[in-house]
Amino acid sequence: MASALVNVPPRARRGEIIEIKTLISHPMETGYRRSQLGAAIPRDIIRLFVCTYNGTEVFRAELHPAIAANPFLVFSTVATESGTIAFQWTGDNGFSATESAAITVD
Amino acid sequence: MSGSVARLLTALALALLAGTAPAGEIPTAERRSGYDFMSRETRTMQDDDTANPGMLGVLDGGALWARKTGAAGRACADCHGDERASMKGVAARYPAFDTTLKRPVNLEQRINLCRTERQRAPALAYESRELLALTAYVARQSRGLPIDIAADTRTQPFLDNGRAAFYRRQGQLNLACSQCHDDNWGKRLAGNTIPQAHPTGYPVYRLEWQSLGSLQRRLRNCLVGIRAEPYEYGAPELVELELFLMWRARGMAIETPGVRP
Repeated sequence: MASALVNVPPRARRGEIIEIKTLISHPMETGYRRSQLGAAIPRDIIRLFVCTYNGTEVFRAELHPAIAANPFLVFSTVATESGTIAFQWTGDNGFSATESAAITVD
Repeated sequence: MSGSVARLLTALALALLAGTAPAGEIPTAERRSGYDFMSRETRTMQDDDTANPGMLGVLDGGALWARKTGAAGRACADCHGDERASMKGVAARYPAFDTTLKRPVNLEQRINLCRTERQRAPALAYESRELLALTAYVARQSRGLPIDIAADTRTQPFLDNGRAAFYRRQGQLNLACSQCHDDNWGKRLAGNTIPQAHPTGYPVYRLEWQSLGSLQRRLRNCLVGIRAEPYEYGAPELVELELFLMWRARGMAIETPGVRP
């Protein structure tokens, strides 16, 4: 049940700076914790987040074990043209999630 | 001589009593949600549905609501229809009296009763991701509505038990819930502001937990905090305390999914 919430303004003026918010459900297990029986809990984190705007990469973030569960990333980009803003999260244990949002630029 | 000593002691005892006299119940006009005690950043997080991590649970709950399950092969939506109408205001009424069990049940227990009796599916474990998600989804439909607990002849004995538990000193620290949440709200306990303990946003996304959690998890936390033996999840004592707390917060708006620090 990997679910993500993204907030992209549906309309923007050309050249306007838009704020993009993304929230994804993930435990972000650090790999430094132990279970109640003393066994090490293996690391399970998102390693990389990439945002593309009509295929062009506009934002990229590497994530590390100190980041809290359900990472919330906010960043900005310049609205250049109408199209699709796509998001991809990849991580340990083959984790992969994608989401996209449409934007109209006038 | 001994008489004056006795008088002095009595005066001292009275002075001490006056100094520690309980403030009593919080007047209705002075009640404040835990939301009001939070930092501006945390309040912003709760208010924005795309920043509120509790909404991830609501999203999962929506998927579970529509999924057919159990031997009956029925989804919640098959009986209840449009949740925006059928579940509106439901969370504001729970815990509610169950006529079969002849005792109040909370929202989680109601969902599990539905699962076992109507869907003929196994009950979901307390604090499981699925149960929290479904509860959050149902409670989300009541956001903004006032808490409306039925205090009638059927629920009154349970409400009284809950009230007694709230005012009863317990644990190694010998503290009652009321000593923090009625008498000393707004003051600091270590680094944190003591809230009034109104359960308006449950299940809440607690930043400390990094996940959604139920009111019972919060109550068990508090019990451990005063070094009392916590009741098991689903224990009648916890449901009675939930019932009292919801009644105590009657009229306040549901915030689910709340965010708390």
